[in-house]
Amino acid sequence: MNKEPGPDRILGWKEMPTGAVITQAGNATRYQTGDWRSLRPEWSQEKCIQCLLCWVFCPDGAIIVKDGKIAEFDFEHCKGCGICAQECPPKVKAIKMVPEEEVTEVK
Amino acid sequence: MAVQAVTQQKLALTGNEAVAMAMKQINPDVVAAYPITPQTDIVQYFSTFVADGKVKTEFVTVESEHSAMSACVGSCAAGARTMTATSSQGLALMWEMLYIAAGFRLPIVMPVVNRALSAPINIHCDHSDSMGARDSGWIQLYSENAQEAYDNTIQAVRIAEHADVRLPVMVCQDGFVISHSLMNLEVLPDEAVASFVGEFAPRYPLLDAEHPVTYGALALQDSYFEARRQIADAMSRAPAVILEVGKEYGRLSGREYGFFEAHRLEDAEVAVVAIGSAAGSAKAVADSLRGQGIKAGVLKVRVFRPWPWREIGDALGSARVVGVMDRADGLSNLGGPLFGDIRSALYDRTRRPLVVDYIYGLGGRDVSLEDIEGVFRDLLRIKDEGRVTEPVTYLGVRE
Repeated sequence: MNKEPGPDRILGWKEMPTGAVITQAGNATRYQTGDWRSLRPEWSQEKCIQCLLCWVFCPDGAIIVKDGKIAEFDFEHCKGCGICAQECPPKVKAIKMVPEEEVTEVK
Repeated sequence: MAVQAVTQQKLALTGNEAVAMAMKQINPDVVAAYPITPQTDIVQYFSTFVADGKVKTEFVTVESEHSAMSACVGSCAAGARTMTATSSQGLALMWEMLYIAAGFRLPIVMPVVNRALSAPINIHCDHSDSMGARDSGWIQLYSENAQEAYDNTIQAVRIAEHADVRLPVMVCQDGFVISHSLMNLEVLPDEAVASFVGEFAPRYPLLDAEHPVTYGALALQDSYFEARRQIADAMSRAPAVILEVGKEYGRLSGREYGFFEAHRLEDAEVAVVAIGSAAGSAKAVADSLRGQGIKAGVLKVRVFRPWPWREIGDALGSARVVGVMDRADGLSNLGGPLFGDIRSALYDRTRRPLVVDYIYGLGGRDVSLEDIEGVFRDLLRIKDEGRVTEPVTYLGVRE
């Protein structure tokens, strides 16, 4: 059954699977939790020692690793919880939480 | 499907034994129950069937009624035909999970022995427990005696699991008045029940590893409302299924079931509406009043959720005065839950009867034939006066 809401259409009650069951795996990625964020992790590639502790601890899988190294943050899903900044070793401090309004342009 | 009538066995059973017998014949995959007070004999008898190897059921004893319904939700979602039984405070403790069972659209069948809620503490019959759960999304069938409790339990499986419905069902019977009273009843052969309920075909079973699904995901402003609307839709499809199953059961057993029993209502001027065992007494009183030339009738409600309001309106619409008997008080200053629904069913009719409510029998207070005759006499007085001065009366309470 492929009756889950797509990214651009939400199903009506006559089309939805009964019991609010989700019949497709992995569609939580379509739920962009990044807009909950009030603090944004600012990552310094220069300071980073690539220990990957932030990647291990990130509860949302929002830290993208390519070829064994941190490549970027997934800001569509990062909720700004700050766990990455907390887990980054104190001597490294490669991640700093910055208020969102200081870094994003007001729409 | 052609259903042939079968030869039945006549047994003397209590309401609890009758329902346990039905559960044995249904032979569910899982029964999860809390085995201590306020549990009923139903689960005790059923556990004997499990211990004696009479059923293949996985019997899960849990630490509370909340856990009992939680385990039922899990097992039914996994794809197992699931039953439990409860009563009174036990049902109250299940509250949270009742809504989840309905919200997940799990066809769990649960006999409920209707007993009062604390405080003060009491173990006897009234309908406060299941009436409070009337908005939970469960179908509710009520039984007048052990025979109906047995018959309703078997039909409930088919109603709950029907593709158009997929909702849990409570099968209610009056505590002690039915649950502990012996009655001669007819019991179907085991094979007839097995073939009537058929195999359970779960929808979205969690154990189907080829088609993994998620139960219990968050549904916020953008989809909760749609999921709830689906439950309302299932409830609106349930009446047709209830009638279809009731007819088929009639062909099998000789006992056909509808939404309610209309007893001498066609030309009734005064009518009493009752649920459960009191309806039997009310029918006896109506018969005796008919002998005195009084046009008395009775409507016995079997299906309370979904509410068959159109049919009930048609059945009661030509009466002059209707007396509703509520074995639960809504504590709203306007009577009990049945009263509100009966009045509402009649409201849009061009000609509608006067309707009054009698709260009776709370905590097992006995309701006698004289009490019910008093109700009919009261309705006759209201008919003569042509208006309602006091919509709610507490019947048989000491001043």
